[in-house]
Amino acid sequence: MGIEQKLGSMGVVTYRLEDLVNWGRTNAMWPMLFGLACCAIEMMSTQASHYDASRFGMELMRPSPRQSDLMIVAGRVSRKMGPVLRRLYDQMPDPKWVIAMGDCASCGGIFNNYAIVQGVDEIVPVDVYVAGCPPRPEALIDGIMTLQEKIRGEKLTTWAEK
Amino acid sequence: MTIPITAEDDTVQELTVEELRAKYGSGMTIESEENMLLSMGPQHPSTHGVLRLLVELDGETVVNLANDIGFLHTGVEKNMEAKTYTKALVMTDRLDYLAPMSNNMGYVLAVEKLLGVEAPPRAQVIRIILLEMARIGSHLVWLGTHALDLAAMSVFLYCFREREYILDVFEMVAGQRMMVSYFRPGGLWRDVPEDFVPAIRQFLDFFPAKIADYEALLKNNPIWLQRTKDIGAISGEDAISWGLTGASLRGSGVDWDIRKSHPYMGYETYDFEVPLETDGDVYARYHCRMREMWQSLRIIEQALARLKPGPINIDDRKIVPPPRAELGRSMEAVIHHFKLWTEGFSAPTGYVYQSIESPRGEFGCYLRGNGTPKPARVHFRTPSYVNLASLPVLAKGTFIADLVAIIGSIDIVLGEIDR
Amino acid sequence: MNDAVAKKLQAAFPEAIAEVIDFRGERTFVIDAGNLLPICQFLRDDPELRYNFVSDICADDMLPAYPRFALNYHLRSIPHNHVIRLRVPVADPEQGPPTLASLWPVATWLEMEVWDLMGIRFAGNNSLRRLFLPGDWVGHPLRKDYPLGYEEVQFSFNWEAIDARKPYAKD
Repeated sequence: MGIEQKLGSMGVVTYRLEDLVNWGRTNAMWPMLFGLACCAIEMMSTQASHYDASRFGMELMRPSPRQSDLMIVAGRVSRKMGPVLRRLYDQMPDPKWVIAMGDCASCGGIFNNYAIVQGVDEIVPVDVYVAGCPPRPEALIDGIMTLQEKIRGEKLTTWAEK
Repeated sequence: MTIPITAEDDTVQELTVEELRAKYGSGMTIESEENMLLSMGPQHPSTHGVLRLLVELDGETVVNLANDIGFLHTGVEKNMEAKTYTKALVMTDRLDYLAPMSNNMGYVLAVEKLLGVEAPPRAQVIRIILLEMARIGSHLVWLGTHALDLAAMSVFLYCFREREYILDVFEMVAGQRMMVSYFRPGGLWRDVPEDFVPAIRQFLDFFPAKIADYEALLKNNPIWLQRTKDIGAISGEDAISWGLTGASLRGSGVDWDIRKSHPYMGYETYDFEVPLETDGDVYARYHCRMREMWQSLRIIEQALARLKPGPINIDDRKIVPPPRAELGRSMEAVIHHFKLWTEGFSAPTGYVYQSIESPRGEFGCYLRGNGTPKPARVHFRTPSYVNLASLPVLAKGTFIADLVAIIGSIDIVLGEIDR
Repeated sequence: MNDAVAKKLQAAFPEAIAEVIDFRGERTFVIDAGNLLPICQFLRDDPELRYNFVSDICADDMLPAYPRFALNYHLRSIPHNHVIRLRVPVADPEQGPPTLASLWPVATWLEMEVWDLMGIRFAGNNSLRRLFLPGDWVGHPLRKDYPLGYEEVQFSFNWEAIDARKPYAKD
């Protein structure tokens, strides 16, 4: 910012590394194509023509955890799915984020019984919770933008922990 | 009570044949030790959810296949036993989440049968309109994802564009896009708004051209034909003995539709055809569902003509809560309201089985009442669960690439498989 | 049709039908587990009945009644458009009725669900395995003596108490 004003237009932009990396991470996020239940259909709606999540740099869903950096847990997580979910999370490369989409993923929702894990935060660390059963596509987009805001505020010093 | 999650390490390749049989039952026979075992899912883009398949492959040919399900087991049947009849209704929405209206209908009809009541004519007509809208909406998701699996991406975008219109109608009547819980024992949650009829008329106007669009994209598309013709064929006799229902059965030439054979909600008074195909392959099932959408439009059109003003709930205060306006004037209405929303209504002792034709096939609900406000046992006969049983038969001898076509063609929803 | 089926069944198996129940227009034949296979064979193959489609097998826990369990077989006749329910009381879940796999291959799959969730074993069906639940699960959840597994819900008044003991995941 400062140096261009002194030297004039030399085709050089200076920027803080922290902001630049966060900007890059924010707008080219690859979510994992990971549908569990009802919320997955709303997640598909979010991707599809009407709501079009590609406006937020989110259109590239990867079915492989090794190519993705955002896990949207869309739906209820059963006791049988729990270990699978954790294994998928472990396979994702750092840095990685998790959105718990819907009530079931956030806290068990209406299914308070033997089969459902009461909140996916017992299995993986969650960054953003999206309420709703299922959340409207607008709510998911809002959750994604909340996550983007969160990433923009990340500090260089905490990258190592991520 | 907390049940700990145990780490389950079951790398298939490391198991011996005997261990595999113990895990997957004798239905999983390993023909040759030299064949490759492939674990497909539960995280796979084309299994339509969290289905896991254990496939024995000879090169690219599927020799054997075993289903592994339960990754979405929700305990719906058990949980419904702990709720009153009305409150248990919300659980049914989440079974087949592509057509919640159909699930509501199956359960509500079973409750009404157990109570021995019948919804008034206006409620029946509205139910039929919404059921057929749900059928079209469900077929649109099926078509979009099925085509996406077979690399026809644009169909998906078109289908979801039209599905949004159907969801808007659901939101208009029920306040929710997907989990509607709109049908209640004895009638409906509340009457449809004024905009409902014009919205449906508009849908009837623009939707036929859209079906023609989808057909133009796929029907004579050489890639589509190559990927679907003569793939996963099953004869009518086999389809019956494997319990297939819905378009998967009608694609094999068996004329069987619950709407015709055991009519409910007055389906016998509507004029519509049951589309039949004879080949029994993926293309036949595709074509059956496409033709079903046309028939659904015909039913909606007839139902709209019959939509007359009238009550939408039965006049039994022991089952249906009183209207809001009465609460201010009548002490009796307040008592009824309070009793229904705290305790609920009691159903007689006995058991009934009610089946309906959901978009996927025969959706049955077995319900046992024991004189209390809570059901003693609820069991769902879900079409996806039974249709999945025939997957090993359909897939045997096909290529692994065709497996996704077959899974798409029997149109499974994991929510109602695992329940 | 209902009466015709009852007459035919009673003529063919005079001893087998313990009870005929009519409720809400549905007819139920209560039969003994030992007679299940021959009756189903008869229902399927008799040219006037042709019950060729097994729609559903559903287990019911009647606790505290005896016999405790009951199995409902919903059979359909597609050629004659008719439906029938056979109800088989089961006293000992380990000694359940014989499998119907020899008549309808789909029965194996339906019986697997009954075994997993209700714990009724079918003689001759050796594919029974944990289907819905993890392999090391103990118990059969749909039985009446199995708890629902309710966890205390976190509200603002008990937020801290539950937050302290909730097992949050780490990276």
